[in-house]
Amino acid sequence: MTAFKRLFRHVRFNRTVTLCAVTLVVLTLLSLLAPLLTSHSNVTADFANRLLPPTLADGHIFGTDELGRDLFVRTLYGVRVTLFVAVVASFVSLGVGVLYGAIAGYVGGRVDGFMMRIVDGLYALPFIFFVILLMVAFGRSMFLIFVAIGAINWLDMARIVRGQTMSLKQRGFVDAARLIGVSTSGIILRHITPNLLGVVFVYTTLAIPQAILMESFLSFLGLGIQEPQTSLGSLVNAGVDHMGSSSWLLVIPAVALALILLCFNFLGDGLRDMADPRGKT
Amino acid sequence: MNNFRHPNKFGAHRLLSVLLITLALCACGDSGPEPVQGSVLNRGTGEEPESLDMHKAASTSAGDVQRDLGEGLLGFTPDGELRAAAAERWTISDDGREYTFWLRPNARWSNGDPVTAEDFVYSFRRLVDPKTAALYVKSVGSIENAGAIIAGELTPDSLGVSAIGRYEFRVRLEHVVPYFLSLLTHPSTFPVHRGSVETYGAAHARPGNLVSNGAYKLRDWQLGSHIELVRNEYYWNNAATAIDRVVHFVSPEPMAELNRYRAGELDTTHTIPPESFRQMIEERPDEVRTSPSLAVNYYGFNMTKPKFGENPKLREALSMAIDRETIANEVMGRGEAPAYGWVPDGTANYTPRRFSYANLPKDERQRKARQLFREAGYGEENPLTIELRYNTSNVHQRIAAAVQAMWRDVLGVETKLVNEEFQVMLQNIVQKEVTEVFRLNWSGDYNDAHTFLSTLESDNPSNLTGYHSEEFDSLMDRAARQTDPDRRKVFLAEAESVVLRDNPVIPLYFYVNKSMVSKRVRGWGDNVLNYHYSQHLRLTTEE
Amino acid sequence: MLRYALLRILGAIPTLLLVIAIAFLMVHAAPGGPFDSERRLPPEIEANIERAYHLDESLPQQFVRYLKSAVRGDLGPSFRYREFTVSEVIGGAIPITMKIGSLAIVLALVLGIGVGITAGLRRNTFLDRLVTGVAMIGISVPVFVFAPLMVLVFAVTWKWLPASYAGSSGADRLIMPVIALALPQIAYIARLTRASLIDVMNSDFVRTARAQGLRTTSIIRYHALKPTMLPLVSYLGPAFAAVLTGSVVVEQVFGIPGVGRFLVTSATNRDYTLVLGITIFYAAMVIALNLVVDVFYAFLDPRIRRQ
Repeated sequence: MTAFKRLFRHVRFNRTVTLCAVTLVVLTLLSLLAPLLTSHSNVTADFANRLLPPTLADGHIFGTDELGRDLFVRTLYGVRVTLFVAVVASFVSLGVGVLYGAIAGYVGGRVDGFMMRIVDGLYALPFIFFVILLMVAFGRSMFLIFVAIGAINWLDMARIVRGQTMSLKQRGFVDAARLIGVSTSGIILRHITPNLLGVVFVYTTLAIPQAILMESFLSFLGLGIQEPQTSLGSLVNAGVDHMGSSSWLLVIPAVALALILLCFNFLGDGLRDMADPRGKT
Repeated sequence: MNNFRHPNKFGAHRLLSVLLITLALCACGDSGPEPVQGSVLNRGTGEEPESLDMHKAASTSAGDVQRDLGEGLLGFTPDGELRAAAAERWTISDDGREYTFWLRPNARWSNGDPVTAEDFVYSFRRLVDPKTAALYVKSVGSIENAGAIIAGELTPDSLGVSAIGRYEFRVRLEHVVPYFLSLLTHPSTFPVHRGSVETYGAAHARPGNLVSNGAYKLRDWQLGSHIELVRNEYYWNNAATAIDRVVHFVSPEPMAELNRYRAGELDTTHTIPPESFRQMIEERPDEVRTSPSLAVNYYGFNMTKPKFGENPKLREALSMAIDRETIANEVMGRGEAPAYGWVPDGTANYTPRRFSYANLPKDERQRKARQLFREAGYGEENPLTIELRYNTSNVHQRIAAAVQAMWRDVLGVETKLVNEEFQVMLQNIVQKEVTEVFRLNWSGDYNDAHTFLSTLESDNPSNLTGYHSEEFDSLMDRAARQTDPDRRKVFLAEAESVVLRDNPVIPLYFYVNKSMVSKRVRGWGDNVLNYHYSQHLRLTTEE
Repeated sequence: MLRYALLRILGAIPTLLLVIAIAFLMVHAAPGGPFDSERRLPPEIEANIERAYHLDESLPQQFVRYLKSAVRGDLGPSFRYREFTVSEVIGGAIPITMKIGSLAIVLALVLGIGVGITAGLRRNTFLDRLVTGVAMIGISVPVFVFAPLMVLVFAVTWKWLPASYAGSSGADRLIMPVIALALPQIAYIARLTRASLIDVMNSDFVRTARAQGLRTTSIIRYHALKPTMLPLVSYLGPAFAAVLTGSVVVEQVFGIPGVGRFLVTSATNRDYTLVLGITIFYAAMVIALNLVVDVFYAFLDPRIRRQ
């Protein structure tokens, strides 16, 4: 807990990190408040108003797409979905990775060796390829996308957590807890995990941009979020085809995407600098 | 602090030298297409051909290359008229079932061997031989015993083809096929070189082995990159071939293909992406070439579901409610024609039928649709939810979203859009368990109404709707037995009317062939089948 | 060392088999097959084709048949590119992807390390922020936006560079694909280098060296550089994976006949043999890479060597 508190104190003093955190919060709020901000629909086609460039008329401040849908609304909903997918997917990999790594690191010995051999073996899987095969074989649902993206990242998380756990194990308080008679699971859950939070938090912040890019890559392949739902990734993909003619369809979602990616990256960097300036993780 | 002037000098030096060495090695070992001798035509050909073996390929992109390499008994002119090719002339027997072709005595394979009637006999037999496992045998399916041979009941020698003398080739059909001559333009009917097949077996169509009888021969095939053809000096009409080399570039991505064209790397493209069509018309109007195509994009009903199969008024209402003009002109916008019928305009020997409401003003059409919908038993008290399935693609998604909006606005129908990868969707359609309304398209294999209408016959495996109408089947049957083309036309048109009345399918628009053709290319004819033989083209030096 | 390598390779074989089995099951589980289209084949023809390609046998039979020929080096004919064997398809494509991929990694290393060291030495100054900021472009603009943009600007509008790999020759056609692939990596490498350098510069032995009066240039050259590179070596694995993913996009946009585009098309085409061939290639690459990385690590860090 103390590491966390220390983190927060430092955050307030670093301008970049604060700026990024604020930007992300603002974007999230905007995206959640989307229905209040505009009367246009995210999904209804309006053929009379196709491919309008950004204008103040009718409230289409970002213009419309090829079906006449307002881009402002679409972008906000896209932000929503992108953040949702990325955060959930990262938490999937976090959950699995932390548990796996903590157990391996704490228990150590042959169990650790075996668990890590599995991880090494899994690294040999061409993950992207399997994700594609998975989506092709079993269709595309939100759930599958989460699982797929989460599955790509958990190995790294597991390795890091294991390393961290092993170094934590050497620290005094673990021995102390054991002396008192706390059970192994108790130690893992109540003593080790809270101390991992710092590292895990930082890493998750860095894993989120990866998840976002992975989702947009899946959209590029045609395996991403299904219409009429949209994510920033699929908006950007659709926009690329209009690069030469209706460039606002690309620029606006791409800027939103870049902003989110940059913020998460700077945030994660800044947090890592503060939490662990020696760069051991 | 000036302690460090070149902080990373050491590391940078090492890495820099590694980079330079790697670059040097790469530049040395780099082999693009070799230097030019003579005129070169760079064509964008779309997807990579599956094979250049005339019997193993089936796709349109293979067709373009195959038509440059090989030649069948007949071919097409740039405007889409039938012309003599490997055959000089032919006669048809009185009963319409026996065709005799006289081959050109001066026709040669690319290795100098003469092209004889035996070559055609051998090739046709190989096509139907089960061991060849050919995918596309429709072109010869009507030849005597073809069906039995494919099923393994007879040996290939029993096929109704024979060579009389060196240059006379005779074909006997099981029943009259009025458009049989146009089938003989299809690459599956092109001859294969017997000596090569016997020497190299399945590998006879590879670069270095392939012997061809067309205007060009195969020089190189770099998978994923290009197929290079050079002039076949032994071709009987070689003197009329203007271009020495043709490079078919693999270009599966329309946008990337257009960029290559605009950068000057391609002289022709195989398509134009919809997003850039208007822009190209504005910037380069003389280079955009379009023509109506023999293909229809449609939504099919799963007729095995009682919801649709037993409610003809519902089907008609759903079809009527769609604003086809908006879809063709706004959503697509490349010159696609709204489809108010099943057979496209421009089909040879045929006057297509059209929906009776084709010319109604929009309000009236929508009113009629609403009324039919009510008569079908639906309305506010009994709302309807439909699932619309389409394969993943920006274009299909847009059309589905448009139709969803139209059905909602006009009829109050709620449509759930389901988007699947093509293979998955196809399986679902074939199994007919989960699908309701699905998107598909159909392109004609040959220029005759039969290729469209036959897809709705009950016994045709390509009838994916499950439509089963005895009236329709019997009309098609009677059309098939007509030798008089005018009477045949009448029966086919009657059959189409039945389809338009029963609405097992909702035709949306007819496709358009569209290509960018550089100003220095001459001889490109716009034809309905989109066949552009390189031997008809020539290059000028103008820009 | 040799014994170690051999043991590692032997130990990897069961993993490889498992990976191939998983890929085999997944691709056959997907609905549809390589010969399906909306032009349905009459049943006799379908039967002929299945017989010719052994698709009428049971899955275990097909798997065993595949393994038997794979062991002899025959990866089977491609179902989609019917004139070529899988070995030819992949064999022609791998060198190109490897060439562009390695150039991209080299470029990313050069630029990334340069940026990282500059930033690390001038920590928290304007230069640090600026340089890191520019590197960040690589990770905030997805490659499928950046690549077509490059084509539009440099090939179509300004005509400085070729629009595709296939349609031209010479080293020109490598420039844009390599840059597009390298861009996302530069930021990661820069960050890694920066953090690693900071760590190393704060470590005991460097402080000792400084106390002894060595100039910073010499410190970096002779003491700090090697340890700084250590984390980069372990990044090579993920870098390879990232390059392969990136090449899917880059190859499509620039028309490069490499392995990347097959990752998607082999699955959507249900090209069973090609799918398996790619799986084998990838898994083998990763195993080999891990081995190389470990060896390199031992070379860079004498402490490990002594183990």
